[in-house]
Order: sequence, then C-alpha cells, then structure tokens
Amino acid sequence: MTEAHVSCDVLVVGGGPAGLTAAQVACESGAKTILLDDNPAFGGQIWRGAKHFRFDNKVLDLISDQTAAQLGTTDEPARLRKMPGWRVVAAPRPGVATAESLSETNSIHFQKLILATGARERFLPFPGWTLPNVMGAGGLQAMVKSGLPIAGKRVVIAGTGPLLLAVAEYLKQCRADVRLIAEQASGSSLFRFGLSLTSHPAKLFQAAMLKARLLTVPYLTDCWVTRAEGKDTLERVCLRQESKSWQLECDYLATGFHLIPNTELAELMGCAIENGCVKVDEDQQTSVPNVYCAGEPTGIGGVEKSVVEGRIAGLAAAGLAQEARKYHAVWRHCARFAGRLNETFRLREELKALSTDETFVCRCEDVTLAQLRECSTWRAAKLHRRCGMGPCQGRICGPAVEFLFGWKPESVRPPVFPARVESLTQADVEEKSS
Amino acid sequence: MSKSFDAVIAGAGIVGTACALELAKAGLCVAVVEPHVVGGGATAAGMGHVVVMDDSEAQFALTHYSQQLWQQLAEELPAFGESEQRGTIWVAADEEEMLEVRRKQAYYNARGVTAEILDAHALAEAEPNLRPGLPGGLFVPGDSVVYPPCVAAHLMRRAQDHGAVLMPGRSVTAIADNGVRLSDGTNVPMGLFVNAAGSWSPELDPGIGVKKRKGHLLITDRYPGFVHHQLVELGYLKSAHSMTSESVAFNAQPRSTGQVLIGSSRQFGAEGAEVEAHMLRRMLLRACEYMPGLARLRTVRTWTGFRAATPDKLPLIGPSPGRENRYLATGHEGLGITTSLGTAKLLADQILKRTPSIPFAPYLPSRSMEHDAHA
Repeated sequence: MTEAHVSCDVLVVGGGPAGLTAAQVACESGAKTILLDDNPAFGGQIWRGAKHFRFDNKVLDLISDQTAAQLGTTDEPARLRKMPGWRVVAAPRPGVATAESLSETNSIHFQKLILATGARERFLPFPGWTLPNVMGAGGLQAMVKSGLPIAGKRVVIAGTGPLLLAVAEYLKQCRADVRLIAEQASGSSLFRFGLSLTSHPAKLFQAAMLKARLLTVPYLTDCWVTRAEGKDTLERVCLRQESKSWQLECDYLATGFHLIPNTELAELMGCAIENGCVKVDEDQQTSVPNVYCAGEPTGIGGVEKSVVEGRIAGLAAAGLAQEARKYHAVWRHCARFAGRLNETFRLREELKALSTDETFVCRCEDVTLAQLRECSTWRAAKLHRRCGMGPCQGRICGPAVEFLFGWKPESVRPPVFPARVESLTQADVEEKSS
Repeated sequence: MSKSFDAVIAGAGIVGTACALELAKAGLCVAVVEPHVVGGGATAAGMGHVVVMDDSEAQFALTHYSQQLWQQLAEELPAFGESEQRGTIWVAADEEEMLEVRRKQAYYNARGVTAEILDAHALAEAEPNLRPGLPGGLFVPGDSVVYPPCVAAHLMRRAQDHGAVLMPGRSVTAIADNGVRLSDGTNVPMGLFVNAAGSWSPELDPGIGVKKRKGHLLITDRYPGFVHHQLVELGYLKSAHSMTSESVAFNAQPRSTGQVLIGSSRQFGAEGAEVEAHMLRRMLLRACEYMPGLARLRTVRTWTGFRAATPDKLPLIGPSPGRENRYLATGHEGLGITTSLGTAKLLADQILKRTPSIPFAPYLPSRSMEHDAHA
C-alpha cells in the first residue's frame, strides 16, 4: 500500500485549455503548482495529440501574449509539477485530494484548487446504439489518435454541436471516407448562429476553415440517425430529415449530442451547481472557499472561454484577483457566445422518441427503456433497475435519462471515479491534531 | 373524505412492505405511506444478508423463524431479488475466537441449524483470498443473500395484488385515533396505525427508544470468484454489541453480479448521510486486514444508511405503549432484512389475535429495556 503525499499552493485538476492556462498563469505568478490530468498526455479532448498547443491569432486573437505561446512547451518552470496519468478520486477533507495513477496513490495537499475537469459527450440511446463500431464522436477521434486505422473507412457522423465538425475535419485528414454529417439542429437556428459569429471574428474564421476543408462532405441540418443496423457489427444507419428517411452503408457511426460539463468532482467538494454547471463568481471562485473552477464545467463554451477562465482562475488563485479583472470584458464576450452556442444546439423533442421498449438506456447494467418507464425517479431506477450502478457511475446514462425523463441524478459520493480500495485508506484523511 | 383503511402503515421499507402483505393477505384493507421510494431507506443501504444470529435466545428465535420464511419466499421471488444461498462463514482471527466458533456450532446444532467448523486449511480452501494463517471459522450453509430494494418492491406488489394501496411521495404528519394526516393535506381514515419508519420511527412515536446508528458500505467492480461466501469476522459481535460511538468490523459479500460488497461500520450520533472519509478508511483497513487483496480491487460506489437501533438490540413489534390502535414494527438495527418476514407474521398475529409460531413477548415494545448502554 502506498503512503505518499505531496503539497502545493495551487492544484489544477484537468490539463485541457482551461487547466493548462490556469497552471501556467498560477506558477508564473509565483505559486507552487501541480497540474494533473487523467490522460497520459495533456491537451484535453481538444488539443491532445496536437504537436503543440500554441495559441496564435489564427485560432484565437483573444490570447496573444507570451505566456500563452509557451503553453505546453517542455521548458517547465521548477514551480510547476506535471502529473499526467493521475486522476483525483476523492476529497477526504478540505485541502486534501486523493489522486490515483495506474499503480500508485498519492495525497495532494493544496492551498487553492482549480477544477478544470472539462466536459464529456452526451449520448442518447437509439435502436442499435450499442452495436460494435457505433461510438462517441470524440471517442472515435481519440481511438484514431491512438492508432485505430481509419483510412478508407466509411464514417457517418451524427448528433449535434460543433464537435461533429471538428471530428469530421480530423477524420478527413486521416483519410477517412466521411460520408455524411447529420446535425439535428435546425438550419434556421444554425443560420442565426452563423450570423452571430460575425461578432466573434476568430470563431468565424475557425468555422470557415472547417467548412472549406469539409467541402466534400455533405452536411445536413434537421437530420438525425433513427437506428443503427448490422448483424454482429455496424453495417448501415437509418437517417431522417423532415419527412424523408433513407439508409446509408457505413463502417463507423460517430455520435455525440453536444457536451455535458464534468461537475462531479466539484459536487464532491460541495460546490453549488446551477443549471447543471458549477456556479462561480467573477474570480471563478466556487461556493466553496479556495476552490475555483474554469472552462466547460462552468458552462459549455469552447476553447476561448476555457482559456480566459483558466487565466482568471490562475491569477485569482495565486492572489492576483485584481490583475484578473482586466480579462472580464473578454470573458463576457465568450459567455455571450456560449449562450448562443447552447441555444443553437439544444436537443429537439423528436429525439426522445427514438428508443423503443427494448433499447438499452444504461449499457453498463442492460437497463431498457421499458424498465425505466416503470420507475418514477432516478433513485427508483437505480434501486429497482440498477440504472447507473455500473462502472461508468451513471456518467453516460445519467444525462440521457435526464433528457428522456427529466430525472436528476443523486448526490455525488466518493470515489468520484472507480478507485482502488487502498486509495480510500490513505493515512491523511484525518486532520492531524498537531 | 377519502376511503377508510383498516390499517395505515408508515414506511415502505422491507418491514413495512412485509407487514402490508401479511395484513392484506389476512383480508385487511391496507395503505402504505412512503415519503420516497419503496425500499429506498435502510432497506437499500444494507447488505441483504439473511442470517441466523445467536446474540440472545430471542434474537435466535426471530432470525431462525424468519429464515424459514425467507426460504419459502425464495421460491416465488423473481430473479431480480438476486436471492442466493451462499452461506455465512464466521471468520476467527485467533484461538480465542476458535473457542467461540465451537460454542456457536454447539448452540446452532442443538437448535437444528446446520453449522460446520472449518479448520485453518478448510477456511483457506473455501476463501483463498483471506489472509494466510487464520485459525478457522464456522460455516453456516443455510444463510443467504438477497437484493432488498427489489424484494421490498416485490412484497409491495404482492400486497397490492391483495388490495393494498401504496401512497408514495407523502409522509405522515399527524396521527389521530381514527385517521392520519399526510404531508399533502390528505386525511386518511383508518382503524389502526403501524409505524414501520425505521430510524425515523421516533418522529411518529416519540419516546420509543429507537436511535439512528449510521453505517457505511462500499461495492467494487465485478470480480467473480474473489469471495464465495458471506464473510463476517467473529469480532463483529464486539462491534455490534459495542455501544461506544464508533466501531468497524470485517464483512464481505459476493453479489450475483460478481461484485463484492464490503462493510461494516457503526456510529451513534452521526446524523448526516454523507460518506465520512475517516469511517470509510477504518472500515476498509479492517477489511484489508482480513483480505489483503481487497486493497487492489476497484470501488465503484460507497454509501451510508441508518439502522434503527434499540438499547437491548431486539426489535419493537406490537402495540405502541400508551397509544391506542397504534403498533410498532421498528428497531431492527442491522437485522431488518432477515427479521422483516418474522416481524410481519408476529405483528399480524397480534393484530388478528392468531396463535403465533414463536412467542412474541420478547419483542413487545412494552418490555422493560435494559438501559445498559454504557456497560
């Protein structure tokens, strides 16, 4: 059993755009900083696997100074300790986080904590969604990044949100045969969204870039997958657009219905949640003293919002809240964009009717829609049908069930991720009397 | 004015639903009032270990009687009740506890309960993941495990088949001689009232001496074959008997899913439902002393629950002292799953003036409690 602990001024959990920025800023402001991420590589869902995380004005003109340019480079200040491949599983008492790697457990003592835990894809059940080769859009991208051969494979990308475009672009680069992008959002709302981007020059540029590269891929709005079919593995998908329905042969279906903020660790810490997001003040401080939150957990808003929130949180946690205030105007700009984004990619009611009685909603425990219909609350679904009781701890079925039935998941308890028993027996869970 | 019931039961835990079924089967018109979910309180929080215990003659009588009722129920229980006759192994840590193993075996055998002594070798063979060097244990093959929330739901449905009515999402706010008032303002006329509200029962019947005793449990991911029997350290008795504020004991149970359920902890005076890191730690360190390999298993979930504890560790089954037409079926501490079925029979026997299968006097709420809390 390992008995180790490390300490720091600022602990940053999550190494995506928000966390990387926060860690960099905090340590440059003089704070002894630890940055950890459960992935062996930093960058988050969006930057991982990229050769560099450099910001430049092509992607973003909001952040252009030197510190941003250094992000993710190898010259690491002594004050910054990086812990890739570690995840926080418990928070036994204020100022202590229990973290696990594949083989070790460590207690991290901190003065300030910045939660930059990002977001995950939302999945919705539909007939056939559990077939092999039906996967999350981000998940397929990650598998390709780690070696899944995709060249020449026929891929359909379906769901909602800007992530579909980013994944399509990536898969095209990898020479996949991307046959269709099916976006459930309406064409008119996307048009309005596109117009609003004129006030966000960087976004407009980004969107145009993507579109140019995707020119050869049909992009249909008001369109969604009604079922996936195949004998042992995926062979084709059935699609619908308005009154029209048709089939399309494919090897992979990549689905994702926008993003869900990862708020579990914040909830475990006792942070207040509002409309599914971590509630923060203008310094990115949560309702719990010394705990900050930045990026997608405070509201899905993309890279720019994450970076500026990471910067504000990093400065505030390092005691430079005054300095952070000069970024508030930029933040407001990003927050407006986030509002439009989430409005545009709101799920349409028709998606609630895709599943049949036999469709599994909880894949860990094989709970069907018909079984859930017999329940009246999330707790009843858990206790009487084992919904959400598997190793994903309800991360996948929870948001789907909330969309389908309006049930809110229960409070978060340790461990926030499946954790080794020994990680819950760390010596320093109890306050030392000395 | 709404429909009148012969009996209104507060609480749709395993005790309340068992009582509802028993009374409804006897022809009474029954309503069950449940603020949350059927089987969602201590019923959902416990291990679901159906076990014969010999803490006292009265405890033995009730657990043994109940276990026979469980064997009958098992035949009709749907698969989701996850009923499995795993048997219990009481694990001895030293030679002193082996003496207890021998005493316990003699006690059980004398009363018709099969119990077999395992020596060090047999114990290691039965449970290879226990730490080496343990002197032995007592194997009680008749004990079983169930998944209590689904059993409670099944009992409730059976009661409903016999005409019982479930009133979910509401609690009892006032009790009069001829009716109860619910939190939604409804008045429910009734003949008699049964308090089966577990650790919340003193709110309805103040002064009955039931106290909350908090417990923690943990469940792992799926590791089929890691544990084969319900394992309990013999020191468990010391933990259960201890009236000090905090204690832990080694309990491990194989679920039909291959998951391992790990317990147990006992706390008086802890009112909040939050998982307490220090109790969890103590409980798990204890478990790892007995089964070092547990340390590397992955936990998927932890939770807490509140046992309804009485000073003499026996449940309260019968008329609520000084309150006409009111009955108690509460105070089952850690044995509520096991003794729920016997409780329902004994309660119905009293209400219906039937001849009981075992004497109910030891469980009457009017008995004098030995307040040896800090002995």
